[in-house]
Amino acid sequence: MLRSVLIAALAALFVSSVSAGALASSNAEHPKELKWSHGGPFGTFDRASVQRGLHVYRETCSGCHGLKYIAFRNLLEIGLSEDQAKIIAAEYTVKDGPNDEGEMFERPGKLFDYMPAPFANDKAARASNNGALPPDLSLIVKARKGGENYIYSILTGYMEPPADVTLAEGMAYNPYFPNHQIAMAPPIDDQTVEYVDGTENSKEQIARDVVSFLAWTAEPTLEARKRLGVKVMLYLFVLTLVLYGVKRKVWAKMH
Amino acid sequence: MSGHSSFQSNNAIVKWIEYRLPIFSFVNEALVVYPTPKNLNYWWNMGSLAGVMLVVQIITGVVLGMHYTPHADLAFDSTEHIMRDVNYGWLLRYMHANGGSMFFAVVYIHIFRGMYYGSYKAPRELLWWLGIIIFILMMATAFMGYVLPWGQMSFWGATVITNLFSAVPILGETIVAWLWGGYSVDQPTLNRFFSLHYLLPFVIFAVVFLHLWALHVHKSNNPLGIDIKGPQDTIPFHPYYTVKDLYGMGVFAIIFAWLLFFAPNLLGEPDNYIPADPLVTPTHIVPEWYFLPFYAILRAIPDKLFGVIAMFASLFILFVLPWLDTSKVRSARFRPVYKMLFWAFFVDCLVLGYIGGQPAEGIFIVIGRLGTALYFLFFLSLPFIGWFERPRKLPASISTAVLESHGGGGTPDGAAAKAEDRG
Repeated sequence: MLRSVLIAALAALFVSSVSAGALASSNAEHPKELKWSHGGPFGTFDRASVQRGLHVYRETCSGCHGLKYIAFRNLLEIGLSEDQAKIIAAEYTVKDGPNDEGEMFERPGKLFDYMPAPFANDKAARASNNGALPPDLSLIVKARKGGENYIYSILTGYMEPPADVTLAEGMAYNPYFPNHQIAMAPPIDDQTVEYVDGTENSKEQIARDVVSFLAWTAEPTLEARKRLGVKVMLYLFVLTLVLYGVKRKVWAKMH
Repeated sequence: MSGHSSFQSNNAIVKWIEYRLPIFSFVNEALVVYPTPKNLNYWWNMGSLAGVMLVVQIITGVVLGMHYTPHADLAFDSTEHIMRDVNYGWLLRYMHANGGSMFFAVVYIHIFRGMYYGSYKAPRELLWWLGIIIFILMMATAFMGYVLPWGQMSFWGATVITNLFSAVPILGETIVAWLWGGYSVDQPTLNRFFSLHYLLPFVIFAVVFLHLWALHVHKSNNPLGIDIKGPQDTIPFHPYYTVKDLYGMGVFAIIFAWLLFFAPNLLGEPDNYIPADPLVTPTHIVPEWYFLPFYAILRAIPDKLFGVIAMFASLFILFVLPWLDTSKVRSARFRPVYKMLFWAFFVDCLVLGYIGGQPAEGIFIVIGRLGTALYFLFFLSLPFIGWFERPRKLPASISTAVLESHGGGGTPDGAAAKAEDRG
């Protein structure tokens, strides 16, 4: 048994040593370390925080950033009722068609629609943003090293540039961003949004909520994965223990 | 695979089939009564694990292929469609992506085991060759598979690796354009990579069959590296090694499941969750972890052509290993000098893997070059080691060694444990 543990430990060491090797250097400051309710093997999304994050996204991010992999029907997964999701969908205008006359037309959004993009195309997005392209946020938490902590640090990390730094036109200073100059103006501050559930709307709380929401948009199947994972692990532990017993018994006959 | 069979059955249907297609006696000889050295340790579990992983990759891959679209405008979206909308699509994709890593991990241990115990030596040279061919086919398959999600690292990894062929004198540019099917990595490239990624696993399957065929002629090597001298040295594969393999699979499955369910993106690059953009180059283009040592060797040479040659040489040198090693003794257990060199080589491979993941700057370049030199030095020193090394005395036979090692009980492969556990 000791030997198998050793082998397993070796394998784990091997895997972790090479994965650590893949980290590339950067002059950006190391992100702040936070605890997230959806972290760890038993983690689940904090529904209230994710719902507040949806509110933050719609109030402050959606003007520039899309969320193209999220359909309004998906909002039921974070605890919204069907009626609530329908109301939110209807607040958006969606292009549909062609109708029987061959015309494209506009209509209120429905549950099966995806979140409409803020700009018609990348060029339009750049034209409205001083040449910078605001990325789609659906996968942003998985698409950046540091994940949730990185996005949180960017949102809360804006500061006055040090004396020896000259900012380029239209840029803001953020030590957590590579090269410290970011085209996005500070998007949130204390009281940027109003919360109806009485939660304190500090900058930190707003950032935490919107990052929780974006963690969900990046991987809506995270909870299903972890739930199944715990069951599979338990099953495998029992199975392997039984197999170990059988192995001992079979090999005992050798003597 | 031939000769008289010990297989007997009284079942009329079994007898009817057996008379026409002797499949029952074939399975009986290959997996049931198959004589196996009685002293194999747990490092011998890797072969069957690799076989299982090939099957897992084919099954998950075939289902993923039903939902994936190999088009430059749709590939990334269809991958996210699998993750979000296909029933258990996330499970299939994470299993396939991490399965590739597990497959390589197991095969690397399998190769190192073969090197430590001298499994490549006569009469197993062709068995070793077939193994290297499988390894190279796996690398090609994995490389093309990584391109399919069409993320930033997919696109730029494909660009960097296919560009290596431009180092070929005169014909370089023509070859690269031919590989791409155009003048950059684009739709034709993605489309053919999908086609080949689907094809190659079945080629691997065929070579695995040859690998097993060659294995079954002279049977498994063993930790002592000495030949099977008679029936007293062997035990039937079933039940002894079927149950040992199954137990190993349980332990392996636990590691795989942990990665798959709780850290599915640990070994991946975040950049690959950004859709491919031919106009934006990522700051660091890093291949998957299992290519990193070879990537380090490629970058260690300042000249492009010689870098490519060094990288391919680091792979192809494995083919001549059976002849570079002049020692008649197989197992490193009886070869004090080779054993030290082996562990130095092992550590060197890990160091090269680490360097491959770092930016090519400063001290990393120096270490990378040193590591590359040591990598080749290991192989080139083998002929001389074989000449001057004084191997320790070999046991008379497998069975006498096994009996001596556990007079007072313990597991039958206790001898193996003592020698190997300090690794």
